[in-house]
Amino acid sequence: MASIWEYANPRKFMATSAALLPWTAGVAALCLVTGLVWGFFFTPDDFRQGSTVKIIYVHVPSAIMAINAWLMMLVASLIWVIRRHHVSALAAKAAAPVGMVFTLIALATGALWGQPMWGTWWEWDPRLTSFLILFLFYLGYMALWEAIDNPDSAADLTAVLCLVGSVFAVISRYALLFWNQGLHQGATLSLDREQNIANVFWYPLVITLAGFGFLFIALVLYRTQTEIRARRLKALIAQERMA
Amino acid sequence: MPDLGTYALPVLSSYAVSLGLLIAVIIASVWKARRVRAQLENVENRRGRSA
Amino acid sequence: MIGLLKRDLALAIRAGGGFGLSLAFFLIFTTLVPFGVGPQTQVLAEIAPGILWLGALLACLLSLDRIFQLDWEDGTLDLIATSPVPLEGLAAMKALAHWITTGLPLVAAAPMLGLLLNLPGPAYPWLVAALALGTPALSAIGTFGAALTVGIKRGGLLLSLLVLPLYMPTLIFGALCVTRGADGLDALTPLILMGGITLGSLAILPFAAAAALRVNLR
Repeated sequence: MASIWEYANPRKFMATSAALLPWTAGVAALCLVTGLVWGFFFTPDDFRQGSTVKIIYVHVPSAIMAINAWLMMLVASLIWVIRRHHVSALAAKAAAPVGMVFTLIALATGALWGQPMWGTWWEWDPRLTSFLILFLFYLGYMALWEAIDNPDSAADLTAVLCLVGSVFAVISRYALLFWNQGLHQGATLSLDREQNIANVFWYPLVITLAGFGFLFIALVLYRTQTEIRARRLKALIAQERMA
Repeated sequence: MPDLGTYALPVLSSYAVSLGLLIAVIIASVWKARRVRAQLENVENRRGRSA
Repeated sequence: MIGLLKRDLALAIRAGGGFGLSLAFFLIFTTLVPFGVGPQTQVLAEIAPGILWLGALLACLLSLDRIFQLDWEDGTLDLIATSPVPLEGLAAMKALAHWITTGLPLVAAAPMLGLLLNLPGPAYPWLVAALALGTPALSAIGTFGAALTVGIKRGGLLLSLLVLPLYMPTLIFGALCVTRGADGLDALTPLILMGGITLGSLAILPFAAAAALRVNLR
């Protein structure tokens, strides 16, 4: 009975998201504070990287969430294109700035880490460059939303852009691997390895990752509510003008 | 305060940048939400009276 | 659909500037490069493949907003949309016309400009092959971008922001192919990969462009 499509009703979405928002925001704050404090104050220095290893607690989660935010936008755009649920399109719109900020954090902390470790702020390495391109995609997506007046057309066109952009983003990723061998180390976290990094670093990292994830969810819920209200506001003003 | 050694500047600044950006996006969201909500209430009240 | 193509080509020739302008831009861009980086022939030879590709890319970009804009303004686009020609076909023909008026002259002019930049001898066949294979992708991607932004006033800057990231893979493989050719290495792999991107773009993007046009014509 309780199908996921019920949340396509804005009223239902508003009620559920309002109930969920304090919880997700609370969990996000708790995880972020715990993870970051643990990571910053109570983890040892790495024998090679020294204390710069602490940057991992903001760099890796924000990078992971930057990609997941785009994936979420892709799924939301697909739902909008296929089933025409307005909430879905607005959720994609709401997620874009958050994803962009995550991308920016990953880039900035990466540069700050690279300066002492690799001896350079920026290196045209496949991973770094892919993130720069992801950032550009976020910028273009948001700019297209802003540029179009009619909300339905904007939702449609940005959804098409998101779909095509995803394809080209993946192609770019592999083109970059072909283009230049990188300095960047392999994935810090992956599911198919016994142990990724030493446990002392692993636990706080997982907690901050959960924190970033919940923060993303909370922000998207919150911003989607705002977008729904803004849409209603626009409709009311248009009605008044007609009257 | 842990001893950050020679790398104090990059570590501290990356934490500062990250937290700053996160707080910025949160504040921007709250700001916009407040503004939209106030405008919406404004319009709805006006319509309520006129109707 | 052939009629559409002929019409676009006739308009491009008669209105002037269609063929000439992007070519002139390509020439000016290439001429400006030595002023920026200095006239040392070794430096120029090293960066020539990238510069030529960038010039071709920007020349393509500049002519994109005219693909649909004029037809949109005078209502031709609505007429075509109500005609039996599918919009997908229209998008494909527009891309083809753009390629003939922009891409093809660039391919022909590139070797001459390569001389200006002191491009090494073995790179010339690769330069022509890569541009001939790559510019159709630029036109197809650009048509998609133009279809997205056709309803937006002064959408030119936005168009570049949307289209340039999509040009990335083509640029990477194209420039890599010419660079490898210049170094006497095997340049076939990037060329084939770029051909794959071109074919994929040609197959998919007319549909995406038509979808965007339908939204904009609603």
